Amino acid sequence: MRGRPELYTSYAQDSAFLNTRPKRVGTGALVLFAALVPFLVTDDLLVLLATGFVAAIGAIGLNIVTGYAGQVSLGHAFFLAIGAYTGAALSGDPDGRVLGFGVTSLPVWLLASGLVAGLAGLLVAPLAVRLRGLYLAIVTLGLVFLGEHVFREWTSLTGGPGIGRPAAVPELFGVRLDRASALFTAPQQLYLLMLVLLVLFGVLARNLVRSRVGRAFAAVRDRDLAAAVIGVDPTRYKALAFAVSSFYAGVAGSLLFVVNGFFDPGSFGLLLSVQYIAMVLIGGAGTISGAVMGALFITLLPRITRELPGVLPFISAEPTGAVTVFQVEAVLYGLLIVVFLIVEPRGLFGIWVRVRNYWRTWPFSY
Amino acid sequence: MSEFLQSLVRGLGTGSVYALLALGFVIIHKSTRVISFAQPAFMLAGAVLVAHLAPDVGFFLAVPVAAVVIAALALGVERTVLRPMIGRPAFVVAIITIGVDVVVRVVTNAFIGLDVLPVGDPWGLATVSLLGVEVQQRYLVMLATTVVVVVGLFAFFRFSRTGLAMRAVAHDQEVALAQGIRVGSVFALSWALAGGLAALAGVFVATGAGVDQQLWVVALKALPAVILGGLDSLGGAVVGGLAVGVVESLVGTYQGDVAPWLGPNFALVAPYALMLVVLLVRPHGLFGAREVERL
Repeated sequence: MRGRPELYTSYAQDSAFLNTRPKRVGTGALVLFAALVPFLVTDDLLVLLATGFVAAIGAIGLNIVTGYAGQVSLGHAFFLAIGAYTGAALSGDPDGRVLGFGVTSLPVWLLASGLVAGLAGLLVAPLAVRLRGLYLAIVTLGLVFLGEHVFREWTSLTGGPGIGRPAAVPELFGVRLDRASALFTAPQQLYLLMLVLLVLFGVLARNLVRSRVGRAFAAVRDRDLAAAVIGVDPTRYKALAFAVSSFYAGVAGSLLFVVNGFFDPGSFGLLLSVQYIAMVLIGGAGTISGAVMGALFITLLPRITRELPGVLPFISAEPTGAVTVFQVEAVLYGLLIVVFLIVEPRGLFGIWVRVRNYWRTWPFSY
Repeated sequence: MSEFLQSLVRGLGTGSVYALLALGFVIIHKSTRVISFAQPAFMLAGAVLVAHLAPDVGFFLAVPVAAVVIAALALGVERTVLRPMIGRPAFVVAIITIGVDVVVRVVTNAFIGLDVLPVGDPWGLATVSLLGVEVQQRYLVMLATTVVVVVGLFAFFRFSRTGLAMRAVAHDQEVALAQGIRVGSVFALSWALAGGLAALAGVFVATGAGVDQQLWVVALKALPAVILGGLDSLGGAVVGGLAVGVVESLVGTYQGDVAPWLGPNFALVAPYALMLVVLLVRPHGLFGAREVERL
């Protein structure tokens, strides 16, 4: 078999975690590079990247239910919120202004927020599995609105609109990660934490979707009736997809505000759901690396548009100008969604695949 | 009793606005199988256009002009953005309409500014006494206009050749195509109709209070209305819209006394709660067609 490195001789080889040598080397190099980044760039960029990694965890979650299992959910913000409040309440100060239990250990509240959000996903599932397509999208949209109402009113937990509450406290083995230590600054620590978690949850998701469960998701997505005929229980797998997706959302939600330390009920509106949908679609539905790319892209977008007034003087950085950065940013969101879906339906991942194939067949790539 | 009747009329008035919006959603869904999340933006754009036109040409001329302009805008969006997406999964197209919505809304917001724009409606908050109950005139106008529009629409679908073509496309696109119906034109027309209805609805939402940047949120209330009535039933859209309006209004009036633990402003999300309850019992809404599964 020498000289034919991509000739698979077994099913296991074909469905391996990283099935080709370039992928193994490339992924390894990328992770290594990402681990070195904290020592190369400034702290404010690290904060942004850390937020991007958290968003990526959430986007992977939405991708499991929407990209892999084919159930369109506009309710991701709701599950992010449940995770955020579970984490914040568990690790909160017991004597504080808002509800808190003082369990600051990160693994504990992280797992708990994932589980509570996952449970909420399971509770919604009976409704979700009876509906399909756009009915489901609107119902999950309804969840976001009902959730927003509950969070606005339940001030003992959420601190109320405009005031908010402190986010979860990231403490690992007795070390506060959001404070500078002897070796690292706080952003460096948080960046590394989020990177490790993203790799962990990315690998878990990748393994899930190439397992028996993942194949069942794909079958349900492609044609749930046909899936039922060949013995895949659509109800069960739709519910499972919702639960797993909500688990990821819960984890991401509890981490999302750790970096800036504070959040309020207004953070979990329709816009957040749309942003996550945009991440999945711009990145490429149905791929884990696509979700990561999309999440980083959407998170870094405001940073890029903020540079625009320097280049295009008619755009104002103040909120009062004729054309403001905020307007440009919002229009860009909209336009990017439209243009990507029309021109490159497979998203950033699709572009990467095309680039890869170009070089793979080079110099005969036409 | 008069409190009940007042809130009922108010509910029917706002409900008729939801009904107009819901009709737009249903018309687009029936012909293209897509939900257009761009309706809120068209609604906002319609209201803003009237607010800018009314001081010059008068309210009653501004409204039809705005409806036609927004219809043309919706038609343009359909031709440029939606037409390339024919044959792609419905939810992908729905997400595209979210993108369109964001773009149109941001551009429209630039014409609103941070203040509230009055639309120049002649009714304002004036009330009239009807059978001993004080009701705001604008609610009566909304209700009357909606009745006229709905009757006109149903007559159009029932008696005109174009309406027949639209019904044929709604029934089966491929068969309609085989009979020589220009399905593309029907798509464009349904978007234009929905855009015009949204603009009209936007004007009515803005009467009394004026246009601000948050007006578009009202359009999302039409979503529970269409789901309640069933995504592919025009009659259902009207019934659903009125039901949502009435429920919202009655909850707003009585929930404070009956169930204060739900918190103030529960009325704003009551339509969504109602939608969830109805869907638990009837997954296709009250009048929606049951999907028949065939292998």
